[in-house]
Amino acid sequence: MSTDAIAHDDHHDEPAKGLMRWVTTTNHKDIGTLYLLFSLLMFFVGGAMALVIRAELFQPGLQLVDPHFFNQMTTMHALVMIFGAVMPAFVGLANWLIPMMIGAPDMALPRLNNWSFWIMPFAFTLLLSTLFMDGGAPASGWTIYPPLSLQTGDAFPFLIFAIHFMGVSSVMGSINIIATILNMRAPGMSLMKMPLFVWTWLITAYLLIAVMPVLAGAVTMLLTDKFFATSFFNAAGGGDPVMFQHIFWFFGHPEVYILILPAFGIISQIIPTFSRKPLFGYASMVYATASIAFLSFIVWAHHMFTVGMPLAGALFFMYATSLIAVPTGVKVFNWVATMWKGAITFETPMLFALAFVVLFTVGGFSGLMLAMAPADFQYHDTYFVVAHFHYVLVPGAVFAIMAAVYYWLPKWTGHMIDESLGRKHFWLSVIGVNILFFPQHFLGLAGMPRRIPDYALQFAEFNALSSIGAFIFGLSQLMFLWIVIKTIRGGQQATDQVWEGAQGLEWTLPSPPPYHTFETAPEIK
Amino acid sequence: MSFKQFSRRFGALAGGGLLMNSSSAWAELGLNMTRGVTSISRAAYDLHMLIFWICVLIGLVVFGVMFYSMYHHRKSKGVVPAQFHESTTVEIVWTVVPMLILIGMAVPATRALIAMEDTSNADMTITVTGYQWKWKYDYLDEGVSFFSTSSTPRAQIVNDQEKGENYLLEVDNPVVVPVGKKIRFLTTAADVIHAWWVPDLGWKRDAIPGFINESWATIEEPGIYRGQCAELCGKDHGFMPVVVVAKTEEDYQAWLSEQKASAGAAAASADREWTLEELMSKGESVYGTACAACHLPTGEGMGDMFPALKGSPVTTAGPVEEHIATVLKGRTGTAMAAFATQLDDVDLAAVVTYTRNAWGNDTGQLVQPSQIESLR
Repeated sequence: MSTDAIAHDDHHDEPAKGLMRWVTTTNHKDIGTLYLLFSLLMFFVGGAMALVIRAELFQPGLQLVDPHFFNQMTTMHALVMIFGAVMPAFVGLANWLIPMMIGAPDMALPRLNNWSFWIMPFAFTLLLSTLFMDGGAPASGWTIYPPLSLQTGDAFPFLIFAIHFMGVSSVMGSINIIATILNMRAPGMSLMKMPLFVWTWLITAYLLIAVMPVLAGAVTMLLTDKFFATSFFNAAGGGDPVMFQHIFWFFGHPEVYILILPAFGIISQIIPTFSRKPLFGYASMVYATASIAFLSFIVWAHHMFTVGMPLAGALFFMYATSLIAVPTGVKVFNWVATMWKGAITFETPMLFALAFVVLFTVGGFSGLMLAMAPADFQYHDTYFVVAHFHYVLVPGAVFAIMAAVYYWLPKWTGHMIDESLGRKHFWLSVIGVNILFFPQHFLGLAGMPRRIPDYALQFAEFNALSSIGAFIFGLSQLMFLWIVIKTIRGGQQATDQVWEGAQGLEWTLPSPPPYHTFETAPEIK
Repeated sequence: MSFKQFSRRFGALAGGGLLMNSSSAWAELGLNMTRGVTSISRAAYDLHMLIFWICVLIGLVVFGVMFYSMYHHRKSKGVVPAQFHESTTVEIVWTVVPMLILIGMAVPATRALIAMEDTSNADMTITVTGYQWKWKYDYLDEGVSFFSTSSTPRAQIVNDQEKGENYLLEVDNPVVVPVGKKIRFLTTAADVIHAWWVPDLGWKRDAIPGFINESWATIEEPGIYRGQCAELCGKDHGFMPVVVVAKTEEDYQAWLSEQKASAGAAAASADREWTLEELMSKGESVYGTACAACHLPTGEGMGDMFPALKGSPVTTAGPVEEHIATVLKGRTGTAMAAFATQLDDVDLAAVVTYTRNAWGNDTGQLVQPSQIESLR
């Protein structure tokens, strides 16, 4: 079937040569590659900032940076990692995989696709250039709460416009993904036959379209408060600084799921492959994803229990937040049930997927603890929260992305990865990440606030430990870079199916797939 | 901290991890949430431990099954994979059981939250106002009010001096309260959002400009309880500690009368003429607590964000009225705060005089407290 699809000698069958290929490309595979490489670059930029933070926190006292620069680093680290590393990585994976998984020749809107990528470098040039401006980069946290964020110097409008660019890019990417999934599935590929990665992205794309404009509205109001004398968030002018937090987290909480739902999809592809057994509870996985997406819209104020809410409000947000544990639990149970009585092997993608299941669940547990409002009055804005969201984002989202790269890289390049290097990278990462983030639970419980450049002496040991973990984890990512480069350049020839238990349309294509695939739609039985 | 101290505590840490439930060791090493000294802090602690153990239990079951499967259902053992992939019964079970657990947890959580929010029938009220980067305490009904600023010497922060026991958790004027009384805390802020947090009291509460939040605490044991600002509030967010000193009713009353007496003395000094020497020495200390964090003790500032005062047109050539107005009202859109309500006339006169004459600014001009009063 696949060979029929590619035996087609059109004049644009081969990519153009040189740099212009990448600038003008409308090919989903090229654009996927661009997104992934951009994301990898940003991962190292954001990671370097994290290492500045952890180096300063290695010991009590100020050693390397001043407090203002420290705040710039925490702010920029978050913005770069969320908008520059994790989100573009998922979009890159979507570009590469969705057409191949649903039997489509390309994305529905290829030129829009080119544009949504090429906005990103400009957005991040704007954002990163603020590091060199008077007053430095934004330093009010990625949540840019006013009035503090209004004290930002020259960087402020650059930050706002960078966010607008990222938002436009995300919305365009999402429109494209929805249009592709709803219109371009091969005959017989009903919605409930789609691979789970496609399902999670469909739902994520709707979340993005729903909330990115909300963020755009919030930051525009900040902009007019700063430059045009409005008082949306200025209490002295009749405004309300807490309103910003409500609007921000109405975006921010669905954003959290934007960063994790595609990861759920990836894990749901990988675990069945290496368990050699179909995914357990496919339908319930789809419904659980949809439930999480729905709930994400009605839990935002759990980020704000300490702002002073009415009792009824606090109770509502506490109950709604705890409810998220149910569909999330269903997912974890389904993954474990998929493994049950399978025939499991432990190749690198599977190792990352298994670590994801365990460590994401650890992050889920601390999330459940944080949902309990009376205890949250202690946990809030401490390192306990830092530990929580890094557990769901680093061994959560980032491990899932790495699992995906190891899983599909042989398909994309035609070369198997170096298993032994991959495993070394896995073990260094999983050990490093736990030394890095696990002690932060203790720091938070013992009373260390987040976003401080210096701390009291009782926090010294765990901070030192955490910093050691940070350098182990951070430096071992250079191995990841090396493995990716090595696999692109050569390696054992991959078969079409690549992995023994792999199922799905993308594994029917040659490895690497030709520039254009499924120009004739495959038949799904 | 010396290496010896470091390794001793590190060793204790490794040992402490093995001894579950030896709660004193946990608290000393800073592994767990404090039980604190109020009913709220104990409720938070109990809830925290309850949900912690529930999570541990669920984790043991789920990861237990997972690791069993990883070990026994390996391909290398020659197993043939089963092909089952659906069971409505199982799906219903693992939806309903977590729901029941959640309902079980919601009951104590709701009870604790209702108790926390009940600020009625307080014996006394203290207003806590956050400033960049200090706290102000107003004892309503008593007429006592003062600022509380970090007292950790700069030399300790920049590692020129051995760090003290309460490094970064010490202040010049702690907030003193009686034990056994229901104290209502009203939190607000003057510039940006802060959060007032003392872990032993069991809660933190945002201090938001334009808002007044209510919380309460009845402290059960006399003691010194330390905490810090918990909401990012700019450059020196990490350097605005909170220290609560809980005293017996008797000691508290003695402290209160002392405060009232010294407030009277300060008011009297505002009416007289001050000499340049007096203003300079007073000004240096005011500058140290109110200005030096941004403009630096040398007056050299930090870039455009925190401009230099040494040799600046505002502090040298410019009219003194403009200088005073900047200090009183701040500069909108910058980090420069309005000090009109933070400092009294004497402090303001002293600090303006100081900045016009220190570091070679040498204008020779001096500002009297009466002049500040007329410009307010």
